[in-house]
Amino acid sequence: MTARPDWRARVPDGMWAKCENPSCAQLLYVKELERNLMVCGQCGYHFRLTARQRVKITADADSFEETDTDLVTLNPLDMEGYDQKLARHRAKTGETEAAIVGRATVAGYPITLGITDPFFTVGSMGSVVGEKIARCVEHANEMRCPCILISGSGAGARMEEGILSLMQMAKTSAAIGRLRAAGQLCITILTDPTMAGVYASWASLGDVILAEPGAMVGFAGQRVVKGTRSGLGAEAQSSEFQHEHGMVDRIIPRGDMRPTLERLVALAYAAPLRRGAAP
Amino acid sequence: MKYSASRWLPFEEEVRRLQEELDEALRKQSEAEADHGERIAALQGQIERERRKIADGLTPWQKVLIARHPNRPYTLDYVAHIFDEFVELHGDRRYGDDRSLVGGPALLGGKAVMVIGHQKGRTTKERQERNFGSSNPEAYRKAQRLTEMAERLGMPVISFVDTPAAQCLFEAEARGISEAIAATQLLMSGLRIPVIVAVTGEGGSGGAIGIGVGDRVLMLEHAIYSVIPPEGFAAILYKNAAPEQVQTAAALLKLTAQDALDLGVIDRIIEEPLGGAHYDGVAMAATLKKVLCEELHELLELPPDELVDLRYAKFRGMGKYTVRSVERAGA
Repeated sequence: MTARPDWRARVPDGMWAKCENPSCAQLLYVKELERNLMVCGQCGYHFRLTARQRVKITADADSFEETDTDLVTLNPLDMEGYDQKLARHRAKTGETEAAIVGRATVAGYPITLGITDPFFTVGSMGSVVGEKIARCVEHANEMRCPCILISGSGAGARMEEGILSLMQMAKTSAAIGRLRAAGQLCITILTDPTMAGVYASWASLGDVILAEPGAMVGFAGQRVVKGTRSGLGAEAQSSEFQHEHGMVDRIIPRGDMRPTLERLVALAYAAPLRRGAAP
Repeated sequence: MKYSASRWLPFEEEVRRLQEELDEALRKQSEAEADHGERIAALQGQIERERRKIADGLTPWQKVLIARHPNRPYTLDYVAHIFDEFVELHGDRRYGDDRSLVGGPALLGGKAVMVIGHQKGRTTKERQERNFGSSNPEAYRKAQRLTEMAERLGMPVISFVDTPAAQCLFEAEARGISEAIAATQLLMSGLRIPVIVAVTGEGGSGGAIGIGVGDRVLMLEHAIYSVIPPEGFAAILYKNAAPEQVQTAAALLKLTAQDALDLGVIDRIIEEPLGGAHYDGVAMAATLKKVLCEELHELLELPPDELVDLRYAKFRGMGKYTVRSVERAGA
């Protein structure tokens, strides 16, 4: 899967951006696009967002406190080129890794928030991303509050960390198991793209699973499927297909995501037998 | 269970040649053409030395070939030689029965356990029926059903992992292969009974970890455990990867049992017969049975709460990173 370049890179003057939907390609005024939460006003195409942009449109203003910022990725398999790749992505995105996690509020209610960033190694999950997601879930458990996880992981498990990446699937799934046992709500949001090891672990384990329209969502990447005995059309790997087949509760356009989350979190807090402190 | 190394691997060419000479000498001996006793003894010695030499220098790619050997013992072979009174149960109670994964209760040394495991086929027809050991969602949901039942009934779970990868085609996607794998991991991480996982052949990616969460994770000496098949990794690294590049990719992935032990992903390596489990499946099963009984004996000492906490901590601790304060550029 090739990462689409950050939309800003295409408009040196920062004034105009082209819709990334090839069948639209409308020129869009950047200010207008940003006001529209990076959704094309012409065709409704949802641009990919960085994890920081997600925080902004998800959590209450200024409520996000980032945690677990001190985890540093190693090269445990001595994979050639991995250190350089990480350096490149750090420089490009200004992030240290493909996930940011922290505490925040939604409609005034405490939650923990974990987000993977499609612009950092296409959001792939290595040891640090797995650890951050697991901690985000555990923080919710300790705080007895809901946990919201947003996936922008198109590359699944991070190849460069080999089998250790695969184990992050078990780690994050186990953490959500404990959150469930503690009676706390977990919401996962699937954004473009959500694939493979991430979709086959925490992203599929929300009590409520929401998805953005038109997001690529599925198990094996097209490159993996290609060359197998029969093909798999791209339509089978969309949020709409997953919704139609009962894997996703609701497709929510970006502009409606915040109110939807507010409503769900408020409902969780309104449960008469809820375990945990009142907000 | 009849095993023979009838399918020689490419790096066994010299052994194959010697074996043919030996067979010829044995034939002549039996037809009493002449006394070939010395020749036979010499050839047997040569074969033994050659096989040891190969075994001592196996590359990761050669281990991949052994792990995929068509005569390698599969789950039902182990069931036949390790367990008694096995009753195979079928179906996920939701949609269908996926025969790429088998399971049911059986006795291990007189104690009832629930066996689950991937099952590849031996004949062409069986391979197709079992989808070459590639599981659809129903396989994981059958595993969920059986392990939940085991928990209720107080039976430990023994899980055999041997799959090239989970099924990834349209039907698998439509019935939620990702959800099935995710939910099985979550379930197994919390089972209040001992769970022992044995990676016996191919530990293929999500398909493997889907039934790979346990208190003990064992791995046969020449089994592999990998986030992606070497062919897939080579395709990512190189355009139109040549065979040597696939071999390089296999080495880079650190997919051997020895690597998995070093990386803290498994607990114990189980020695295979010389040349691989396919040379002597019965001996392999006997070794595996001994180890399973030992591990189960230890796990049965632990109270359920402690068992579950230790299992959580085990997987929670997987991964390698350091902790250091880093300024985020532009923060």
